[in-house]
Amino acid sequence: MSVTTDSLATASRRSPMRPSRLALRVLLYLTVGLGGVIFAIPFYWMIRTAVMPADQIYLFPPEWIPNSLHFENFQTPFKTFPFGRWFLNSGTIASLTVVGVVLSTSLVGYGFARLRFPGRDILFLVVLSTMMLPEQVRLVPTYLLFVKLGWTNTFLPLVVPTWLAPAFYVFLMRQFFMTIPPEMDDSAYIDGCSPLGVYWRIVLPLSLPALGVAAIYAFTFAWNDFLWPLIYLTKVEVYTVAVGLRLYQSTLATDLQALMSAALMSAVPTITLFFVAQRYFVQGIVITGLKG
Amino acid sequence: MSVVAARRTVRKPLKRATREALYGYLTISPWLLGFLVFTIGPIVASIGISLFDTNFMDRWDFVGLRWYTGMVQDALVQKALLNTAYYSFCVVPLSTTVALSIAVLLNQGIKGQGVWRTIYYLPSVVSGVAVALLWRWIYHPDIGLFNSILAWFGIEGPRWVFSEQWAMPSLIIMAAWGSGAAMLIFLAGLRGIPTALYEAAAIDGAGTFRKFFSITVPMLTPTIFFNVVMNIIGTWQVFTQSLVMTEGGPANATLTLVLYIYRKGFQQFYFGYAAALAWLLFAIILVFVLIAINTANRWVVYERV
Repeated sequence: MSVTTDSLATASRRSPMRPSRLALRVLLYLTVGLGGVIFAIPFYWMIRTAVMPADQIYLFPPEWIPNSLHFENFQTPFKTFPFGRWFLNSGTIASLTVVGVVLSTSLVGYGFARLRFPGRDILFLVVLSTMMLPEQVRLVPTYLLFVKLGWTNTFLPLVVPTWLAPAFYVFLMRQFFMTIPPEMDDSAYIDGCSPLGVYWRIVLPLSLPALGVAAIYAFTFAWNDFLWPLIYLTKVEVYTVAVGLRLYQSTLATDLQALMSAALMSAVPTITLFFVAQRYFVQGIVITGLKG
Repeated sequence: MSVVAARRTVRKPLKRATREALYGYLTISPWLLGFLVFTIGPIVASIGISLFDTNFMDRWDFVGLRWYTGMVQDALVQKALLNTAYYSFCVVPLSTTVALSIAVLLNQGIKGQGVWRTIYYLPSVVSGVAVALLWRWIYHPDIGLFNSILAWFGIEGPRWVFSEQWAMPSLIIMAAWGSGAAMLIFLAGLRGIPTALYEAAAIDGAGTFRKFFSITVPMLTPTIFFNVVMNIIGTWQVFTQSLVMTEGGPANATLTLVLYIYRKGFQQFYFGYAAALAWLLFAIILVFVLIAINTANRWVVYERV
């Protein structure tokens, strides 16, 4: 918007400048296009390798276009390891994480945004400061805790903490709830709602965008998480996709087309989610005011 | 129903506040529980553990502050610190510049902004492991993507992740590919700049570049500051890339601090040392974040119009 109006204004003021503005415009599209190609090429390289015939991959100099398409390369990862099982594991962990994050952080965020109680503001400052703590500080002691509980090689170490309101999402929810007019609560109170009733009947239905943002972020982070599942999951059958992918690195080292097909498939859920819910990714930034 | 009934009985002007407070503590109780069990508890325990030599099984020897005094002389700690600092000092400015440049270009009323945004953002939604596997292949010294493009220009490319000198730059270039997340934040920031500022500047006769440096950049400094701080925190925790691509090699050229913590704790079972090293990491991040905050008032413009 701003750019259109201001370029119109400038154009009418100095009409002789027009050719150079056009040149700038062309330069702009060239730069953005070239940058886009640079960003897209690694993806192309991954796809091209995944469908290429094996003997063509190792040619020198490398060829850009596959001679023929070999979609059977996508079956190799499933034959080597329980790749399907890993998808199920990652999907289970990510789904349970989404449910836990959405339920717990919306409730906690509601408390911080809407209810008055002694110590609230100090506690919220604590929430904010824990966002800055590097997770490695908690890594060793929580490992001891989960080992003592006998939770290794289960999904519990990965899921249970997400049901106890991770700070980032509490912050996100609270920021969104602050934008809902409090008058809505008052009318619900007059109609006889308890604070929990207001949360469930008024605030949650009005907050679907924020819940969507939290769900999408939580799913993406859980699906891509590496360090925590690497530590807690040591049996191949309970691996997540991200941890399991590493096994292919050695076993499929000479089968690059299968290795790239595994990497490609591992990224399909988050890429699909991004395409389906693109506007939520942008909205998350607006809600949290991350832009500054 | 009963809540309202209770609130309306006579003894209750005070009771309403009490009831609300009770509900307040009830609603935040999941966080409170998580905070005690998964944050404060571990923080206290971590200090304790770092005073022991322990494998969490049969070995629990009290060593006092020996891990902390010993890490100063640990050559691998020095190596890891230097490597991580190298990574952080290169990636923070590089990815901020790339993200900011793309965001500014995409904000020039370009056609198909959504499509471009998707292309630039997409690498950010792929897991670190998949990205690392892909880039290891891209960096293949003989038939990889990079060196074959360099060969078009008659340049014989380095051996990338297999070279002690080039392994870390390889990880840094790869990190720039993930600048999309920061770009998205910059785009939101750019949209928050009031149009009126540009209109006023146009009336005063300011050109494109003048407007960029006198309006866009100053108005965006809070966003830049936020990104730099988050990026400092993130880059000091770099782990997945160096584990998957190089396992810290060659010759520890990509050994990072978190990779070293992982090795010491979860591969060699010196959990006390791992805990102590995690505190070193925390201290370093804290120092750099404080430095960033303290320099902020010199360059971050907080005025809102």
